[in-house]
Amino acid sequence: MNTLFAILIDGMIYASWLFLVAAGLTVIYGVMRILNMAHGSFYAIGAYSAASLVGWYFNGDGDSSPYWSYALLLGCALVAGLVVGLVVEQGLLRFMRGRDETLMVIVTYALLLILEDATKLLWGVDPYFAYQPYRLLGQSAVGDALSFANYDLALVVVSILVGLAAWYALNRTNKGRLLRAVIHDREVAMAMGVNVNVMFAVTFVIGSMLGALAGALTAPAISVTPGIGIEVIVLAFAVVVVGGLGSIGGAAAGALLVGLTRSFAVHLAPEIELFVIYGVMFLVLAVRPQGMFGQILARKI
Amino acid sequence: MRVSRPSARKAGLAIAAMSVAVSAAFAPAAQAADNGKFRLGIVTFLSGSAAGPFGVPAANAAKLTVEALNAGALPAPYNKKGINGMEIETVIIDENGGATKQVEEFRNLVQRQKVDAVIGYISSGDCLAIAPVAEELKTPTVFFDCGTSRLFETVKSPKYSFRTGLDAVVDNVALARYVTETRPNLKSVASIQQNYSFGQDSWNDFILTLKHLKPEIKVVSEQWPKVMQGQYGAEISALSVAKADLVHSSFWGGDMEALMLQGSARGLFDKSPIALTCGDTGVEDFKDKVPNGVIIGARGPYGIFAPQNPLNDWFRPKFTAQFKEWPTYPAYKMVQAILAVKASAEKTGKPNAMPTADNVIQGMKGLTFEAPSGTVRMASAGGHQAVQGVSYGEYQYDPKTKKGSVTKVKSYAAECLMPPDGTTAADWIKAGMPGAKCK
Repeated sequence: MNTLFAILIDGMIYASWLFLVAAGLTVIYGVMRILNMAHGSFYAIGAYSAASLVGWYFNGDGDSSPYWSYALLLGCALVAGLVVGLVVEQGLLRFMRGRDETLMVIVTYALLLILEDATKLLWGVDPYFAYQPYRLLGQSAVGDALSFANYDLALVVVSILVGLAAWYALNRTNKGRLLRAVIHDREVAMAMGVNVNVMFAVTFVIGSMLGALAGALTAPAISVTPGIGIEVIVLAFAVVVVGGLGSIGGAAAGALLVGLTRSFAVHLAPEIELFVIYGVMFLVLAVRPQGMFGQILARKI
Repeated sequence: MRVSRPSARKAGLAIAAMSVAVSAAFAPAAQAADNGKFRLGIVTFLSGSAAGPFGVPAANAAKLTVEALNAGALPAPYNKKGINGMEIETVIIDENGGATKQVEEFRNLVQRQKVDAVIGYISSGDCLAIAPVAEELKTPTVFFDCGTSRLFETVKSPKYSFRTGLDAVVDNVALARYVTETRPNLKSVASIQQNYSFGQDSWNDFILTLKHLKPEIKVVSEQWPKVMQGQYGAEISALSVAKADLVHSSFWGGDMEALMLQGSARGLFDKSPIALTCGDTGVEDFKDKVPNGVIIGARGPYGIFAPQNPLNDWFRPKFTAQFKEWPTYPAYKMVQAILAVKASAEKTGKPNAMPTADNVIQGMKGLTFEAPSGTVRMASAGGHQAVQGVSYGEYQYDPKTKKGSVTKVKSYAAECLMPPDGTTAADWIKAGMPGAKCK
């Protein structure tokens, strides 16, 4: 019973983390058709910003409540994502609009390498820690053997909120409807007076902020070291490909499927853990090459 | 704008010519073999996940030691300037990028940069790839950190390859002895290792030895996450459910620190204490994040376990003052490798003359030399592999000083941990470790 419970909770926690990482990637692809390899760098920049700011906060001698560190986590992620996203979009991607999707993969891959080096230049290669917010919320015991960090459980709630907010913004607001019009047919949307350039810039910044948010929320649980961005981008791609590129619902379903399957593997057959994520990807794509929620687009003539 | 073909061709030729000119101007010139300086290639991780906890401390230790040697500022027996009186010049290379790239870089170091010797390699994969090339290029090469026990199985009759640190077998044999002595009621053990050769070999060596020392021991869980996974929630749950009396892990660097952070926050190590073979690099950062009693190793008598001697009295405070952190085991092992080259060259070289490759390799084979970690004997693998003892202890945090330390330290002599020359570790352990001399 303990094992089954652990599988479900662990699967949910891992899925929520995967969804947070993949959400920005899928939003950008859905609107701009850019497979943004640099998303891993946004994640790393969010993690480094959060770790250094939270570290600075707790190293100070002030009497402020430690709970302010959560506001710092969120705030610095949003600011870092906003600044980096805006610079990248306006400084580089603006000039690449309309290019082939494959070329954009290469461009954003180059950007990933540049940002990796920039991260090392700014923060060095020593590990950063921001562990206080992770421990601050305490733990919840389940039976005599099992306990979970409340911070991890809170992440499940945050990822559900992010998913709901993205769904609401896309489906229930005027700006969201305009965005869907752009996704559906860029040329017609432009002809109808939609400022596609602004739409693209805003979308990219939101995507980069989501990437930085995922990094910042992960930072308290890990040692923030060089290379975390590259590690995470592979997983994020696996999730969005399984779910169907460009679909928020797909990213959520893909994250849940991968998270739960991996959790089953860790508890019941740990020796196949490395293989299982790619096994899921293979099986899904063998049945539905466009992913679980992906749509087959009609070719324009 | 339309570009005509001839002008495009001219532009292409111009760009090509400029590229050649620029690369010729900025390419590192092939140096003369003898510029009066002993040129030392240093290879360690300067980027990637292993840079922070391993590569950079090792590079810092190399810089500090070479500067001090050139100034003649080291305690005896290393108070003669440079190496055999020759000033030392270093060429530092990043180990990141994989074995194929490292083989290219090694050839570049030897053939273009004309180094007199190479010290390097943290990754076991890189060591295994470089050793045959070192033999082919006849260049003295000292592996300072990598732990694979297969190094001198791959190069069976080494001439130019040496390892001045210990392999991973002794870590785990020593740890198995430590836990059976300090925890006589141990009945079950669990494992969490990075899923690659170092993790797999470490666990195999540990459990093989433990089962020999304590045949009734039960393995209740084995977890195999990938390197740099970062998130260990499910693995921690699986280990919690398994309720082992001890968890063994060869995790290193950021992965080790993340595991400790997450496991401690969930109370895992209060129920199932953990033993870390590479825990030394985390001691300065652990503070109150991990519970007291975590078993810590440093892959030998390095880092926090280094003994008091004149060399350590020089090295530890100098490093701490200069780099604002304690020297951990990779830093100690780098100093050890540099001192081994110096001791070898000065043992066989003509006085105040540039040491040859033959001087270095003849001097190092079977050498006994002093290091901040104590006396090192090159007494295994035909005189090419260092032999030293290993220490383990338990982490203890002092909230007043906000510093961690190790208590209940036990040290094991090399004779208690290492198979005789010519016998593989696995065969030796399976045979009941014949000839092991323990106190």
